[in-house]
Amino acid sequence: MSFVEYGDTIKDGDTAIVFLGHESMFPVKVQHGTVTQTKYGVIRHSTDLIGKKYGSKVTCSKGGWVFILHPTPELWTMNLPHRTQILYSTDISIITMMLELKPGSIVCESGTGSGSLSHALIRTVAPTGHLYTVEFHQQRAEKAREEFREHGVEHLVTVTNQDVCKNGFGVSNVADAVFLDIPSPWEAIGHAKSALKAEGGRICSFSPCIEQVQRTCLAMEEYGFTEINTLEILLRVYNVRTISLQIPDLGKAAEDNSSAGFDSSNPSNQGSPCANLQQGAVQFKSGVPLREMVGHTGYLTFATKS
Amino acid sequence: RKIIFEKQWFYLDNAIGHTYGTTFEVTSGGNLQPKQEVEETTTETKEAGTDNRNIVDDGKSQKLTHDDIKALKDKGIKGQEIVQQLIENSTTFRDKTEFAQDKYIKKKKKKYEAVITIVKPSTRILSTMYYAREPGKISHLRYDTLAQMLTLGNIRAGNKMIVMETCAGLVLGAVMERMGGYGSIIQMYPGGGPVRAATSCFGFPKSFFDNLHEFPLSKVDSLLSGTFSTETLPSEENALVEEESNGLTDEKQTSLLEAEEESATETAMEINQTEEQDTMDVNAEDGEFKENKEKENSNVQQKQRKQWERRKKLIETAALLTEKNADGLIIASKFHPTPLLLSLLEFVAPSRPFVVYCQYKEPLLECYTKLRERGGVINLKLSETWLRNYQVLPDRSHPKLTMSGGGGYLLSGITVVLDKGKSDSSHSEALKMEEPSSKRCKVQDPHC
Repeated sequence: MSFVEYGDTIKDGDTAIVFLGHESMFPVKVQHGTVTQTKYGVIRHSTDLIGKKYGSKVTCSKGGWVFILHPTPELWTMNLPHRTQILYSTDISIITMMLELKPGSIVCESGTGSGSLSHALIRTVAPTGHLYTVEFHQQRAEKAREEFREHGVEHLVTVTNQDVCKNGFGVSNVADAVFLDIPSPWEAIGHAKSALKAEGGRICSFSPCIEQVQRTCLAMEEYGFTEINTLEILLRVYNVRTISLQIPDLGKAAEDNSSAGFDSSNPSNQGSPCANLQQGAVQFKSGVPLREMVGHTGYLTFATKS
Repeated sequence: RKIIFEKQWFYLDNAIGHTYGTTFEVTSGGNLQPKQEVEETTTETKEAGTDNRNIVDDGKSQKLTHDDIKALKDKGIKGQEIVQQLIENSTTFRDKTEFAQDKYIKKKKKKYEAVITIVKPSTRILSTMYYAREPGKISHLRYDTLAQMLTLGNIRAGNKMIVMETCAGLVLGAVMERMGGYGSIIQMYPGGGPVRAATSCFGFPKSFFDNLHEFPLSKVDSLLSGTFSTETLPSEENALVEEESNGLTDEKQTSLLEAEEESATETAMEINQTEEQDTMDVNAEDGEFKENKEKENSNVQQKQRKQWERRKKLIETAALLTEKNADGLIIASKFHPTPLLLSLLEFVAPSRPFVVYCQYKEPLLECYTKLRERGGVINLKLSETWLRNYQVLPDRSHPKLTMSGGGGYLLSGITVVLDKGKSDSSHSEALKMEEPSSKRCKVQDPHC
């Protein structure tokens, strides 16, 4: 296993994702002799995991079973231990594309936080690119380093423990892209500019509040960034449900068998595969929005240095 | 070469040798290169009104007539000066608020000061452009949706991906960019050949195409049932030649179509494509053009050699597929996704992501149900993203007036090892077990 390369079988020392069903999962560090408790019973790493194929069904002691998945940055994002608020895959994907990241890109990031975005960035720039990430919180920086080592990606990332607003990224004229997720990004725009390659590059700043965006945009303009563009992306997830709506009784004659009564409006007659008729009800498939959704994560401001 | 863009025509010769991101001003014919940043000529008259209570729309505030403006234009006067003239001759300009003045100038500048910026092609640029200019060609796949696909599919260097798309090759190009020439891609194509008009806009180096394979969709069934291999064994020369020649005529048609498409887009496309020309010629990767040329002076020998090469490539690709260990599957097409997904998933290894795009939600609902019946997948998610752009200016920040109504839907999930040898009943039982009891009803077969 590695976060930047698929492996077929589970090995000692791997990080794997245990999938319990229905969005419920957690990461495990695979180790000989270790056991993991789940609500379906115990998983013994030596016999149940090591040597098995990723994607296998593993039967636990109580007869229940789980799936063991190969780690990806997206699964990691859903399961990582939070040390800070993190960026989720929806924002990460637009950031990656708008920063034009690809294998070989050099990226600067601050702050590292819980490393959610970092893993995704490393995945995209591997095997020839590099991530320079700056975290001013010493403990978090340490923890991130440890995780990168465990995940087999430490050769692709440099973690620096310093204040990006004061001391910058520790590199200059090397980056193709800079990403800022800090409380006062406008104070780091100058450092971002000098971290970017002389021939130019892209920058992105993530801020929850519009006032932060305002100041950032002004700073970007001041430093000569062009193509300044602010956007927001929202994810809508749908549950697939079979819905059944009752047909109202409008007093139509009972002997007129009910199906004939609303033939014209019944989609099942048009060959719709999931509509059918039972006891005065019409069934259909629907994508139902979740009762609650994430309404705001942050504004993303992109710009170009040229 | 003459290029037309936004009602302007120009030659690109002058643009060579400049860095990407350089802005040019269009003169009559060629390109002139102005400074990167024109010092904002702040209107000396810093007078401005506070509100519009006294501004009446009588249609006479602009003292220059239509003909006057045309005369100015014909004289070849710089756009900047025309704008200045317009401002000076506007009676209401001074009474407008500062913000309104700003807006007025911006609008006029847009009209009279024609500047173009030449930028490097990338997924960001091309997908934004295609969505704005030719949404029909890419099934209205919005750029943020494409971004989700790349992330959900865990696209990266070293993967072995299967891509089925009818988005002019844009999705393929996006995947190729993210893989950076490492790993391999198998493009499944309908009809006679893959469409890669958008792919060629990226200007990928030739090496990126070394591990790009293609396989006809119409042969998937035979490949899955195992009848494909015998059919194409080199020993059965005759059957093959026949089949190949059929394929060729097919291909001729589509490559013509493609050429047409390309020329059509060329004029409509933004600078990016045209600017591409220099690199594209060097690459000479344009398979279609090459093929066309070859066909023109086709002699029998060449034809046979080509057939042989094609066949060899086909067999290679088939072998890659039959390993059934692909690292992911990306589908974005105008076809119904269910049959595509159910067949093509067979080629994907367990614990790998797949993403299906569809412009409409309903086919994906069905797809979801059918996948649940089939099993071998988990973490199914039907989603859509909304994108909102903002205007950020001092004291004038707000969401942009218009936002896109829809950028399509995605169904994504992860493959797992499929239970084999179990009866159907126990299988559906297993499925139910996976679902919390409250949601059981939703996985039950629709029986119709």
